[in-house]
Amino acid sequence: MTIAQGLNINLEAVLPVILTAMLALLVMALDFFVKKDNKAVLGYLSLIGLIIILPIAAVTVSPTAAFGAMVIADGYSAFFNAVFLIAAIFAVVLSLDYMKKIDSERGEYYYIMLFAVIGMMVMASANDLINLYVGLELMSMSFYVLVAMRRGSRGAEGALKYFILGAFSSGILLYGITYAYGFTGTTNLAEIARMGANLSSPNHYLLIAIIMLGAGFAFKIAAFPFHLWSPDAYEGAPTPVTALLSVGSKAAAFAFFLRFFAVSFEAFHPYWVTFLWALSAATMLFGAMVAIQQRNIVRMLAYSSIAHAGIILIGVVVKSGNAAAGIMYYLLVYAFMNTGAFAVVALLARGNGTGEAIADYRGLAARRPVLAFVMALFLLSLAGIPPTGGFTAKFFLLASAIEARYYWLAAIGVISTAISLFFYVKVIFYMYMKEPPEADPSAPVAAEPSALSYNIILLITALSTVALGIYPTPFMDMAIKAVKPLFM
Amino acid sequence: MIESAIHFPILSLLIAIPLLGAIALFFFPNEEKEAIRLTALGFTLVNFIVSLLLLLYFDTSTYKMQFVERYQWIPWAGVQYLLGMDGISLVLMLLTTFTAVLAVLCSWTAVEERVKEYMIHLLILEVGMVGVFISLDMILFFLFWEVGLIPMFFLIGIWGGKRKLYANIKFFLYTLFGSVFMLAGIIALYLAHGRATGVYTFDLLKLYEVTYTYNVQWWVFIAFFLGFAIKVPVFPFHTWLPDAHVEAPTAGSVILAAVLLKMGIYGFLRFNLPLTLQASYALAPLVVLLAVIGIVYGAFLAMAQTDIKKMVAYSSVSHLGVVMAGIFAMNQHGIDGGVLQMINHGVSTGGLFLVIGMIYERRHTREMGDFGGLSKVMPAFAAFTIIIALSSIAIPGTNGFVGELFVLIGLFKYGVLPGAVAIIGIVAGPVYMLGMCRKVIFGKVDNKENAGLKDLSAREVITLAPIIVLILWIGIFPGHFFDLTRASTAHLAEMIKTNEAAMEAAGRTGRVSFVIPIKPRVYVGPGAFKELEKGAAPATR
Repeated sequence: MTIAQGLNINLEAVLPVILTAMLALLVMALDFFVKKDNKAVLGYLSLIGLIIILPIAAVTVSPTAAFGAMVIADGYSAFFNAVFLIAAIFAVVLSLDYMKKIDSERGEYYYIMLFAVIGMMVMASANDLINLYVGLELMSMSFYVLVAMRRGSRGAEGALKYFILGAFSSGILLYGITYAYGFTGTTNLAEIARMGANLSSPNHYLLIAIIMLGAGFAFKIAAFPFHLWSPDAYEGAPTPVTALLSVGSKAAAFAFFLRFFAVSFEAFHPYWVTFLWALSAATMLFGAMVAIQQRNIVRMLAYSSIAHAGIILIGVVVKSGNAAAGIMYYLLVYAFMNTGAFAVVALLARGNGTGEAIADYRGLAARRPVLAFVMALFLLSLAGIPPTGGFTAKFFLLASAIEARYYWLAAIGVISTAISLFFYVKVIFYMYMKEPPEADPSAPVAAEPSALSYNIILLITALSTVALGIYPTPFMDMAIKAVKPLFM
Repeated sequence: MIESAIHFPILSLLIAIPLLGAIALFFFPNEEKEAIRLTALGFTLVNFIVSLLLLLYFDTSTYKMQFVERYQWIPWAGVQYLLGMDGISLVLMLLTTFTAVLAVLCSWTAVEERVKEYMIHLLILEVGMVGVFISLDMILFFLFWEVGLIPMFFLIGIWGGKRKLYANIKFFLYTLFGSVFMLAGIIALYLAHGRATGVYTFDLLKLYEVTYTYNVQWWVFIAFFLGFAIKVPVFPFHTWLPDAHVEAPTAGSVILAAVLLKMGIYGFLRFNLPLTLQASYALAPLVVLLAVIGIVYGAFLAMAQTDIKKMVAYSSVSHLGVVMAGIFAMNQHGIDGGVLQMINHGVSTGGLFLVIGMIYERRHTREMGDFGGLSKVMPAFAAFTIIIALSSIAIPGTNGFVGELFVLIGLFKYGVLPGAVAIIGIVAGPVYMLGMCRKVIFGKVDNKENAGLKDLSAREVITLAPIIVLILWIGIFPGHFFDLTRASTAHLAEMIKTNEAAMEAAGRTGRVSFVIPIKPRVYVGPGAFKELEKGAAPATR
């Protein structure tokens, strides 16, 4: 047996990562040759590259763990890779216009975004704690820079908070990994699972490892009380980055930790379930209640995203095959509806950082009926009203919780949904039922912003949001097929 | 797959026509108001005519679902696209398509702003309402239920009156609160059925086949009750209704009164009674109590109003109490009367909102004190208003009489006390309704602004004429309408009787008084669901 065979080098398993990395390096190299006011070219290049990689990533599946069982490219990771790439494509398209608007167009923006996507992909297919850590740090480092891309104090504040708290949580996570390694002597997830299953009584060091890894996870998905960074980072970051941050980094964290909790630490389910149960319930209620008071739409969406994280956590608690498929479906829907909402926000925001207050949406329906309509659609979907994808996704998750007899968690999920209706509907109220603000005569008459890129994104996200609500079968089948090997 | 004698998806067509209308209107330019109105009228009229065609093929001799269409939708979760109708659905469906036409007609001149959006909302509302009455899959039902809610939210919020925001938030939160509980009930039923039979499905016809344990029934009944009682609305969940009615534009009020409230009662008939029969039977005294309180309370509140629309809104609370009391009297007469009274309320209260809309368009006030002597200025208007008001207070010869008579027979059969109390509320009807007529229509023209009012236009007469026809038709030949629903109501009454006999045989006597005979077993805590987990024994009814 050669060394290569022992390591099981299988390039197919890392094909999407390699392709994205090549794209990122190409963009980076070209950055030196592209003139300063021409940087959008790099954005178009990244966009074309990502669109080509998307179908490849969605079908690349090689069933056995590769590279010394460090990487596993199963249907599960392929599904998540597709979600990351979709979110990234939207973020790049949004950036084309937005970065020009806030006067921060730079070449490194695009390749750092690509690096963040690589980090997410590594996390989704990580079968080893070391590999997870590499992916997580690659993603986080990229996001620290991306959040700071907006010039001015808001961007700096958000980025600094995100960086300091993020570094701290990475430390805790790493500490947890050392405990896991110290006790089991391995960082491989399957090996850890085997060790855990052999234990007759719970091992305290492994429990500490679970708690610390769980804390790092809770930080990444911005669960209460690890959420403090998220509203500031969301508000400070350029809006396309916020969209990617709320969808991509959250999906990546769920991708790994679902594998981690439900597969590696299955034997410890009775222990971690209490911890995650409380985390889920508190996050759902907190996110929904605090969002009510927000005056800035980005902050409102940040808290709404916290509430959504709590609801998705229900699926991790439940830990059944249906719940895992529900999580995947939810994140897919979330990629469309949340990006759509952020696209509207990005479109209406003005270069100087105003136009993001909820009050600025007064009378939008009279001025821009179609835009108000799609925004209402996204908000209703986020609120979980049929016939949108948000309802279907929430329904699958809550039904899986009831099926597994987590009645009270499902009830809290329903209550948090009912509370969250209030703030989503409030924006619709402002758009449709309030008079538009008096025009300030001294201000220059601003042309109503619009660009082809926005129209395309809004069309795709709106249609997908409705389609996923009305006809979930093909995607849900895909998700169920993908989780089968993990949960059988 | 179409499982019916006529090999044509006629029920899907009824959903598709208004939906296509809404999509078509989307492409109209905003300024083409007349074309938009005509198109909307065309689509609603076509839908009405298609729904009338159902009458030709409808078999009145069976309670079984007809025109069934079944397609798989989300197979692994047991969700289907399953449509079908029985007599009760049929009459409500006809009421819906009929009301939609009137709603377009009565908005012709009343709505001048954002006409396109308005008509799109009306048509989507029709999609939701039609869908609710013909879905036989619980998820599909829930979907249409919510689809109906959103356009109503916009209709009140954009084209409503002065306090529309307050009324709208109240309406929206109340109804959504109810539907969340309803969804919980649906899921509980789905799981109970799945655990009992091993088949997880939302197919209503399959769900009917199982008798659930009493505890499951009790919880599901409560969940559905909250959802439907808020919609009806049953006292004490009625407070959103007067606000929503007063602030809604005329068409909104008409649709709200004529159809949306009926969705709640339809829910009781379609879900609560057949699915949770024993719980319904045990809890019926409580429901009748609330209904009778509603009858009296609504009537007394209506007497105190000076705003005509508010008065009609409270009279609605009273009339819907009558319907609820009839249905939960749990006998053939009561249910027959309740179902007919649903249609009657739709016709007469819908008509009242139409005439109020017409007068409001002329004078921009609804205060009774601002009017007087309209019979001299607007004789046609006065005639129509009086006929509709008389129908609303159930004068013999009009539709209201037949319905209330049957409800009262049913209610007295159930118990003398509730019947007697309901009479008080019903007698109060003429007091407020004729009082309104006296103040508004008769007397002297003492307000100069009223002297120059124009009488009804041809379009307005066309809008009101069908209402008058229906009032007299149902009043004189109620048999035509009873025949349509008789098979379904008889089946319900039969089920109740069988159950009653079974309970007596088991030594548990039925209930006569308001006291809850079977002590509901309420647990708080996870133990509450223990029986739910065990599921129910499969048995056929």
